[in-house]
Amino acid sequence: MLYFSKLRIIIISIITIFFLFISLSNFLNTEDKFFSNKINLGLDLQGGSYLLLEIDNDPVELQKLQNTATDIRNFLNKENIKFIDLRISNKSIIFNVDPTLKEKIESFFMDKDSEINPYYPQYKSHQFDLISSNNEFQLKLSDYGLVEIKTSSQDQAIEIVRRRVDEVGTNEPNILKRGNDRILVELPGLDDPMRIKSLLGKTANLSFRFITQNDNDTFGAEILKYDDEINEALVSKRIILSGENLLDAQPNMNTQTNETVVSFKLDRVGAKRFGKATTEGIGKQLAIVLDGKIVSAPVIRDAIVSGSGQISGNFTFQSATDLALLLRSGALPAPLNIIEERTVGPDLGQDSINAGIISLCIGFALVIIFMIYKYKVFGFIANITLIVNLFFLIGILTLFGATLTLPGIAGIILTVGMAVDANVLIFERIKEELREEKNNIIAFDSGYVKSKTAIIDANVTTLIAAIILFFMGSGPVKGFSVTLAVGIFTTLFSVYFIARLLTSFYVVKNKEKPKLI
Amino acid sequence: MINFNKFYKSFSIVSTLLVAISIILLSFKGLNFGIDFKGGTLIELRTQDNQTNVATLRGVFSKMNLGDVNIKKFGQDSDYLIKIEKKDTSSNIIELIKEDLTNSIGENFTFRRVENVGPKVSSELLKSGITAILLSLAAMLFYIWIRFEWQFSLGAIIALFHDVLITLGLFSLLNLEINLSIVAAVLTIVGYSMNDTVVIFDRVRENLRKYSDIKIFDLTNKSINETLSRTLITSITTLLALVSIYLFGGEILKGFSLAMIFGVIFGTYSSIYIANPILVKLRVSQKTIIKEEAEKN
Repeated sequence: MLYFSKLRIIIISIITIFFLFISLSNFLNTEDKFFSNKINLGLDLQGGSYLLLEIDNDPVELQKLQNTATDIRNFLNKENIKFIDLRISNKSIIFNVDPTLKEKIESFFMDKDSEINPYYPQYKSHQFDLISSNNEFQLKLSDYGLVEIKTSSQDQAIEIVRRRVDEVGTNEPNILKRGNDRILVELPGLDDPMRIKSLLGKTANLSFRFITQNDNDTFGAEILKYDDEINEALVSKRIILSGENLLDAQPNMNTQTNETVVSFKLDRVGAKRFGKATTEGIGKQLAIVLDGKIVSAPVIRDAIVSGSGQISGNFTFQSATDLALLLRSGALPAPLNIIEERTVGPDLGQDSINAGIISLCIGFALVIIFMIYKYKVFGFIANITLIVNLFFLIGILTLFGATLTLPGIAGIILTVGMAVDANVLIFERIKEELREEKNNIIAFDSGYVKSKTAIIDANVTTLIAAIILFFMGSGPVKGFSVTLAVGIFTTLFSVYFIARLLTSFYVVKNKEKPKLI
Repeated sequence: MINFNKFYKSFSIVSTLLVAISIILLSFKGLNFGIDFKGGTLIELRTQDNQTNVATLRGVFSKMNLGDVNIKKFGQDSDYLIKIEKKDTSSNIIELIKEDLTNSIGENFTFRRVENVGPKVSSELLKSGITAILLSLAAMLFYIWIRFEWQFSLGAIIALFHDVLITLGLFSLLNLEINLSIVAAVLTIVGYSMNDTVVIFDRVRENLRKYSDIKIFDLTNKSINETLSRTLITSITTLLALVSIYLFGGEILKGFSLAMIFGVIFGTYSSIYIANPILVKLRVSQKTIIKEEAEKN
């Protein structure tokens, strides 16, 4: 175990120097490409916000049920099948048909080429499950139908969230899917997430609809409240224009009224439709409805055919800017709820880094002094190993762009404490061997060999704990498991290559010396 | 040579008692779960004026109708930790608090840290925390079962349960907060305690192969003594590192490092006084390992 070939020594040296340089790049401020890798600091160290959003899919589900119910109505009418009592209740579509037609209905819905109820070959399931009893048929979204809806609304939502966060312009936001109905937003450096939270809290569903006087509008009408929560008006359900037709929106100052407004530009389809509606509706009130509330309802004085217009309301410049931003980025498919929020201010982050570094230095110094006291020359070797080990650890974290968190720093300090273990196991074993074996080289050799199983077993157990922590833990705790796990490998490498190499140099030089350790 | 085996019986009684007390504490007093596992809002506040203190803050918060609010000093003199247990934490609760605070104590304060965990997330975190601990215990059991014989596996796992239970019992007794980092600490304790036990077991097995005439009672004692200096040195260096985190690593890591310090002490103790007496009780002998090894081959 004590023999090292020249080639091996060279390889070990190269690896050591490589990681030394890589880890140094964290402390240098150069533009040099080689030193460009740096450890990412977690949100708890650099400050920032962590938001976990959950998509409220209930409205999307309801929408899906309504659309399907309409499809069923049209389809049954087309097929000349008499049905009664088609309704949506308890998250399912229910209708009654004469029991003699049961087989026909079942084949309409459950055949693999069903138009209304698509079949997903990959899941071996339809979008809806059909439950039929006597003359009543009930269609309920199947598990996979639900997954399909959730994933698609998640896909849309994450896109909108990304656009909104980008518009605010924070540095390097991290936006990720979690499960099939959650979105994780990490915003480094942001110490007050209030604005982002309020922007993400709005679905921003915009529509232009006429205010009507009578209830029996062909499209139906509903009573909506104004933004002030007091006044209300009867608004037609006919949508003249929706947010989808918007090309651009900007906050602006109306020079005539001296009011802050949001001016918008429409796409071609939108401009055409808007022109037609405003030509027909001169003198009428056009309500601008945002998320079920009337922002304003101006009276149309002229036909607007230019494809651009203004939304007025009681805007401040900030609220106009936000509304314009929301309109530009588009509507969310469903409301988002913030179910977890963690924000760390930048000064606390810096304090944590300082505390982490101080405790690392002190812990390191204590261990080094103790090892020198206990093992003299070999304590010195163990300490060099420890320092190299630390560089390896930092180097690997740097190389892979791992994220360092406060618990992660604790993991490094703990690695320092535990890293000496392997060397201690070896040194103690050598001491035992020396009691019976007078030849230093043989005793050292067998010390290394015999301590191997204990070292491997001992490290595998810690590794198991670290791996489980990595998969089960979240955020900062994950950072701890990463440093702990990487620390195990760097420890084994530095003990078996660096420490053994140094030991072999020393032992070979002093092979006649009694009581070597 | 120290006769550890002389005290096997008495320490078994001590350990059984400690575990029993811990279980009683855990089931009647329970654990002080932080917002990670219970849901709620946490604010670390720093003030720049010296008029504000715990009493004035309490006065301000009691007017906000937020339910149970816990306010205490945190680290520095000007820092306070405010915990709000309100279950239906709406997402703008923090802005409302900030507004109310500005109205009553002025603008000389900053929120250094804000955490807001909804009830759904907290129950998920609790579940995954418990799963992680159980999973790691199972994984350890499995690993030791592969590497050693079942008697060793049983001894190691009982030692692990002992360490985890007593550490949690101490947290219950001292009313210390359980949060995500404590789960990390418990998992690390599991790894560390196992590590310690494995090293002694490794020696027991080696000695079992070597000596057929020494009874397991004395053989465990011999093995403990042979590995003793390693056990102590590693525990000392690990404790040195942990004490350094505890004293200088800042308020956030205090609970974590304290749990680890308890764990390392109990882990070291249990490797000697729980794991080994169990081998004695199970009458492990040279035959045990020879038979098992023959079967495994």
